[in-house]
Amino acid sequence: MMHFDWVLLIEKCVLILIIISVSLLVAMYETLAERKVAAWMQDRRGPSRAGPWGIFQPLADGMKLFAKEEIIPTSSSRLLFVLGPGLAMLTAMMTSAVVPWSSHFVIGGHVVNMQIADVNIGILYIFGVVSMGVYGIMIGGWASNNKFSLLAAIRGASQIISYELAMGISIIALLMMSGTLSLREIVEQQQNGHYYILVQPLGFLIFLICAFAECNRTPFDLSEAENELNFGYHQEYSSMKLGFYLFAEYVNMFISGAVMATLYFGGYDIPFLNDAAWGAHHGQNWLAIFQVVVFFLKIACFIFFFMWVRWTIPRFRYDQLMKLGWNVLIPLALFNMLATGFIVLLHQNHWHF
Amino acid sequence: MGITQVLFWFLSIMAILAAILVVISKNPVHSVLWLIVVFVAISGHYILLDAQFLAIVNLIVYAGAIMVLFLFVFMLMNLNAETEPQKNRWLKIAGVVTGGALLLVLVAALKKADLKAQIAEMNKGDIGLIHNLGVTLFHDYVVPFEISSVLFLSAMVGVVVIGRNEREQKDMWPHGNNYGA
Repeated sequence: MMHFDWVLLIEKCVLILIIISVSLLVAMYETLAERKVAAWMQDRRGPSRAGPWGIFQPLADGMKLFAKEEIIPTSSSRLLFVLGPGLAMLTAMMTSAVVPWSSHFVIGGHVVNMQIADVNIGILYIFGVVSMGVYGIMIGGWASNNKFSLLAAIRGASQIISYELAMGISIIALLMMSGTLSLREIVEQQQNGHYYILVQPLGFLIFLICAFAECNRTPFDLSEAENELNFGYHQEYSSMKLGFYLFAEYVNMFISGAVMATLYFGGYDIPFLNDAAWGAHHGQNWLAIFQVVVFFLKIACFIFFFMWVRWTIPRFRYDQLMKLGWNVLIPLALFNMLATGFIVLLHQNHWHF
Repeated sequence: MGITQVLFWFLSIMAILAAILVVISKNPVHSVLWLIVVFVAISGHYILLDAQFLAIVNLIVYAGAIMVLFLFVFMLMNLNAETEPQKNRWLKIAGVVTGGALLLVLVAALKKADLKAQIAEMNKGDIGLIHNLGVTLFHDYVVPFEISSVLFLSAMVGVVVIGRNEREQKDMWPHGNNYGA
């Protein structure tokens, strides 16, 4: 009775290939964008030699990393040392599977959804993968057999675990309003400008701060605090293994931008435009393309925000970081959850006590 | 063999192999890493049984949080094969006997059970989906659920009370925050 759907398999494989290459491409150019933004904020020019306006700089950087000598410390545990950066990269890429990138294309009467998997636990899947992401840092730091690396890895992991709690609680408030975990349904509920940022501003703020911490970005990049820990968890890494760690951070930034845009800013919804009507007039395929472009613009805004913060706010001290996470964000998130639950209940009861 | 069977055998073999490696690894950190592989394989089984919520919660809570805490402890204690204390021989024998007795009980219990009538439903069944789980948990079993959450809360408060060191708390920042002063 079950015949194998080859068309679906090929469609999904092509989609996975496209999304992974696009993520890598975006991550590549994020490195350039970061340096350009930094330069702009510090009144410098930034990389400008490789190609016009330095647009080949990421290629040059990649070449340099590939050409460097690969060093594996003799006292390290070899397999885990190699596994660490691989795991970091893998978990960074896996998150993209449940993000809906656009509505759908119609190719020869065949509907192609622009989402790899519309699982009904969508947002929890992201949490699961993010919580696995800790191991990339921890294994790498431990396997290096270096005190600084180990300390940095443990710092990074405890930071990620602490902020995951507040992040999860802030998401619960959103899920109480949406009534579903599927990211596609969450986006569809936000069509025509009913964005969840309007009803969950506090939840979004908490989620945003936690996203910074989860990506190990400044002001939360305690695991690479060079004045205390030399280079942090990737101290012993060289060549492309170091490149993987650095790259995974940029992929994470891209994906967390995509997740925030999906959850709170309507995902692929085009602002100030009735998508369905526009699609009926101009054709579904044009609409889908337009939606991808809008979605990527939203993500680009988030990425810029990440960089803006990095070059503006100095790094926290470790006790400040933990105080912020446990004494401020978690109580705030709990309050947000209770208030949202109260209002949702009142609403279901038609505003009667 | 359909895809489901292939996945079932793959996940089962993975789980059992990794579980054996948990026990026989000399290095505790390797043991923990193999235990994570076991959790991932078991989560795969949950997904095959259409219990997606359980699968992902298993990953987040056990593989993601609890195992990280285990790793913290092992990495900071810097345990390895050389420093591992050698156990008493009688302790080892006692362990084997106890484990064997448990195995015997399990086999005896399962032998009596009518397993033929209870073959797991794969790929159909929606009992594990989040909607049904929520209804069961918060409607049919709401009182036991709330009682167990109070139990968890009291355990958490107990840990904080026991773990707090009064003297250290006072001495940490005697005159406010004078970092670098």
